[in-house]
Amino acid sequence: MSKASSQTTKISSFVLMIIFVTLILSLTALVLALQAFGHDDVAAGYLFLIGFIGVALSTYVLLQTRRRILRLKIVTPSITTIIECKKCGFKSVREFQRGDYIFKEVEPCQKCSDKMLITAIYREVKEKEKEWYSF
Amino acid sequence: MVFEAVTLLDMILTQIDIQQILNMLFYIVFIVFIFYGQRIQMYVMLREVEGSLFKLKYIKDEGRKIAIETIREIGKPQLDPTTRVDRFLEYFTISPQSLDPAGVVWKLEHILDVRDARLKDEVKLMAPSADETQTNNLENTLEAAMALNYIYKVIRHYYLLGKKTLSLYIIMQLQMILPLVMREAEAYASALKAFAYGQPIGDGAGALVAAKLMRGYETRKIPKDCIAASVPIEGRTAFVVKAEGPGGNVGKIGDAIKTIIEENEGKIATIIMIDAAMKLEGEDVGEVAEGVGAAIGGPGVDQFKIEESILKHRIPINAVIIKEDIGDAVSPMRKEIFDAADKAIERVKQVILEKTKEGDKVIIAGVGNTIGIGQ
Repeated sequence: MSKASSQTTKISSFVLMIIFVTLILSLTALVLALQAFGHDDVAAGYLFLIGFIGVALSTYVLLQTRRRILRLKIVTPSITTIIECKKCGFKSVREFQRGDYIFKEVEPCQKCSDKMLITAIYREVKEKEKEWYSF
Repeated sequence: MVFEAVTLLDMILTQIDIQQILNMLFYIVFIVFIFYGQRIQMYVMLREVEGSLFKLKYIKDEGRKIAIETIREIGKPQLDPTTRVDRFLEYFTISPQSLDPAGVVWKLEHILDVRDARLKDEVKLMAPSADETQTNNLENTLEAAMALNYIYKVIRHYYLLGKKTLSLYIIMQLQMILPLVMREAEAYASALKAFAYGQPIGDGAGALVAAKLMRGYETRKIPKDCIAASVPIEGRTAFVVKAEGPGGNVGKIGDAIKTIIEENEGKIATIIMIDAAMKLEGEDVGEVAEGVGAAIGGPGVDQFKIEESILKHRIPINAVIIKEDIGDAVSPMRKEIFDAADKAIERVKQVILEKTKEGDKVIIAGVGNTIGIGQ
């Protein structure tokens, strides 16, 4: 099972090899361009072009592959449990614990020792950026 | 050596005119696109589907892993539950024949009852130490894992079929619906943990409203898997109904409403149903709206039963809905939806005041999965 899961998230070593070979060749082209600069400007220009395109492409592919792995993670949201004392109004907020449910009676109140009640369980979603449309 | 390489490049470049090469390249690309354009487009689409399929496989495997871990943790089985879980994930239900549609609802109800009983028995065998609430939660967890497994298999089927036949139309259709399918799969993925931990989900908005209304009043069990309480609201008697919590359960609200109508010999002034409903893009999560009709989803059996009962006694039916999208419906309840429960209660009271008179009897039904919501 975990093997299957890791297979899904793993980047193929062949792809990685191609990316790194392209990156090395492109960097070599850039070094060659620097050395050729001064005595053969045309060749240096072409080598610069090849080098830059190669570096840009390999970096882009590498970043894309990394992003794919990051995207594959299932995010577990944080869930808040609110516990209230109906007698004195004392309120306590904590992380959700397995077994919690709305209207469950829990530990006694710290202030009046009366039984407390879970009154809310929810997750808060961060306010996303305002939508660009106005309708 | 470096100098030799530069000289060689310089020699090649001086002998070939760059303009000529560019022209030649342009013609080659043009001709290739004339003959192979569609095929290239198809490979691009296949690659896109392949990426999503990888993600679906990951989500499906995670779902299976979470289900097995939860069964081991809660159910404390003596044998390894992996084989049973794998068998469970492949379960299917054949819908009844509808060539002659008369009576198809009762046939469908029977099939669904058999399915439900079968799944519950399987879960009990897998997790012998689980109590009723945990059994319901485990059943929901496994059903979410089952849905993910099914989505993955269907997408894989069409992907491989498209690849085999190289049919642009199969691949194109698949690529076009993929964003919606992925959204649904991601929703089920977040539902898995909610079900496993017994957290309230967005679909439980209706059940939460009912739970808030019946809190502090005596409750009784009514068929099937439902809870009812008689609550005085604005001088009327309200029979508040919801599925029995806090385990993952939707109950048979149709049967519950029918029972209460029969107990009161049809003398019900109005029925108000509260449910979570699919919002349209652009609408706010937790928006409350009001209308008429039986607000209940699922295969349609409960809606049919409610409509039959109200037609027999000519009872008006109102609906209050809390809007949310598919992702919110099956993932842990958002604060906006939780807060909307109070707004929905206000709307219910307003409907009662406007549509009934003092001394009347009303039914308030909170529809939805009551996981993580007591009463």
